[in-house]
Amino acid sequence: MSNRHEGQEARPARRSDGLLLIPVKAVMQVIDVPLRAWQRLAGLTGMASFFLLPNMAVFAIFVLVPFVINFVYSVTGGTEIFLDQRFYVGAAQYRDIFDCRSYLDPSTCVEDGFWVSTRNTALFVVVQVALMILVALVTALVLNREIAGRSFWRAVFFFPVLLSPVVVGLIWRWILQRQGLLNLVLYELFGFEPYSWLTDRNAAFAAAVGVTIWARVGFFALILLAGLQAIPKELYEAAEMDGTRRTRVFFRITLPLLMPNLLVVLVLGLIRSVQVFDEAYVLTGGGPGTSTMYLTQYIYEKGFASDLRDPGLAAAASILMGAVLVVLTLVQMAASRRNEKKGER
Amino acid sequence: MGNVLRFLTRRRGGDRWHWTDVVTWVWLIGGLLVMFGPAVWLVLSSFKTPAALAAFPPTLMPYVIEEAIVAGYDRPLPLYEVRQADGRTVVLAEVRRIGIVAQMVDPRAPETIVKVNIADRQPVEKVSFATSNYTEPFVHFDFLRYLWNSVFVTVMATAVTLLINSMAAFALAKYKFRGQSLILIVIVGTLMVPLGVIMVPLYSMISALGLFNSLWGVIWPTVATPTGVFLLRQYMLTIPDELIDAARMDKASEWQIYWRIVLPLATPALAVLAIFSVVWRWNDFLWPLIVLSQSQLYTLQVGLNVYAGQLNVQWHYILAMTVVTMIPVVLVFVFLQRFIARGIATSGLK
Repeated sequence: MSNRHEGQEARPARRSDGLLLIPVKAVMQVIDVPLRAWQRLAGLTGMASFFLLPNMAVFAIFVLVPFVINFVYSVTGGTEIFLDQRFYVGAAQYRDIFDCRSYLDPSTCVEDGFWVSTRNTALFVVVQVALMILVALVTALVLNREIAGRSFWRAVFFFPVLLSPVVVGLIWRWILQRQGLLNLVLYELFGFEPYSWLTDRNAAFAAAVGVTIWARVGFFALILLAGLQAIPKELYEAAEMDGTRRTRVFFRITLPLLMPNLLVVLVLGLIRSVQVFDEAYVLTGGGPGTSTMYLTQYIYEKGFASDLRDPGLAAAASILMGAVLVVLTLVQMAASRRNEKKGER
Repeated sequence: MGNVLRFLTRRRGGDRWHWTDVVTWVWLIGGLLVMFGPAVWLVLSSFKTPAALAAFPPTLMPYVIEEAIVAGYDRPLPLYEVRQADGRTVVLAEVRRIGIVAQMVDPRAPETIVKVNIADRQPVEKVSFATSNYTEPFVHFDFLRYLWNSVFVTVMATAVTLLINSMAAFALAKYKFRGQSLILIVIVGTLMVPLGVIMVPLYSMISALGLFNSLWGVIWPTVATPTGVFLLRQYMLTIPDELIDAARMDKASEWQIYWRIVLPLATPALAVLAIFSVVWRWNDFLWPLIVLSQSQLYTLQVGLNVYAGQLNVQWHYILAMTVVTMIPVVLVFVFLQRFIARGIATSGLK
């Protein structure tokens, strides 16, 4: 078995691959002429900067510069998108955002849309991440057992991860609508009357949570599964020899040793959950009312929807969201560094 | 009976069934239904006619009412199974319906019209796949255009990503220069700057460069992926420096070393990045939604969302288009699933 596998890998590339590459090779050869001249002129360091240049230029223009001028946007006012047509307003955008009589009640705020979407996002993040980790953990534990056809089952849970958020949103919109699959199942099993789930505030929230879990849980389950498989088998054998009960093994061996992976899953899940947009937007469009309006959609609508456009406010809101993400990412980096150290020991 | 049950539930090693075994299989079977069920339902629904899509309770398979051409009527008439007063059932064709009474004819004797209470009849149905759901969007919508736009964005973005990421990764892995670690920190730090945070200034940047309403405006901001650079660099670090030094002895230029030695050796990492890039770019939604405002430039994802957002949603087309949008990703899943799973498990990359 392993011999055949090695034999396959050792086989030389097919001729057709070579034919396809001929024009590429020609181009590379032509590029080489001026580059040799540059190499003679600038040396190895010069070549290093040449190799770095394209990526760093694209990176600077489309990430770094926008990141910096985002702060400039947040201190300007008006509805124009180009900076030269905007005027300086100082901290007015931030003042508007934080202008509330009571922070517990979004309707008392000047920018109630921001606080409604912030509250929705916070609620979404807490419920979605907690449930998702639970489902991912159970899935990983199940997939880590000695079951027939394990790679098939792993693929089952991983399948939705690759689907586009738009496809995910549309699939579930179709299932949750009045003539949909959910109503069919409820009707056949319990005789429920058909119901338009996405027009109900609570059901729409539950749908946004459930659908994003459905679409992402396979990804997080894979990370946890990798962690479970890294736990030494000897520990379990020793526990079995001592006749330790399974629940005790789980809480005393599995869970503590899985903690580093759980932490990674928690932070990655939080980072992605804070930015929730695509699936929820296609599924509910933020509705009914504003019940599933999340921060990214608020920023998108403030920035680009023509009738209530305010790019400065959108920039200020996006910086506040960015600050949360930076904190989460720093936590993740610290956590993964601690993991590496543990691995070395 | 007890023996049969014991035989069916017996396990290797003679262990008894533990409650966790039950949970395991309930979870697996339930997972199979919940994870695949919606996609299967989508595919089956996509072959239904608009009338079948609007019916409740919906059927699993796409059914249509069978029709027959009856002499004396210019259009085909729907067939129903009618229970008669004497208990026998006959197949009749419906001419028209007035309230709860249907006027029907026997297809073999079309002269006499029979009046039937609609409670006494059942439609004669057959499984039929409405493939027109798939063929008509090509005519009615710019579906082919969207498909082309999506393919263009995906292929171009992936090609540029592979090129510039691998060049940067080569520089960071195989050269020593000042500011190297700073660049690496900046690149990794970019992970903190997702699109949602910079969409307003990025939009103005794109507009200033004349890339608004252009497919390249969708492509450029996505290609300098920090994960790609990082992944390739980590892989290239494992390529021995001796190989590169030997090539330098043989008077190979640095550019030749890059594309004739390092790139071929980094093929596994490039393949992983290529797969991820294809899936990412094919699935991108928010940024194309912002940059592309002319319908002939829409990618599949944006086009789908726009048509699904209309007041009068033509679900029979939307469902079929959704299935087509799903196909490339399902192919990737079927053929490369193991590969991707390993990539995620080892690098936490998504």
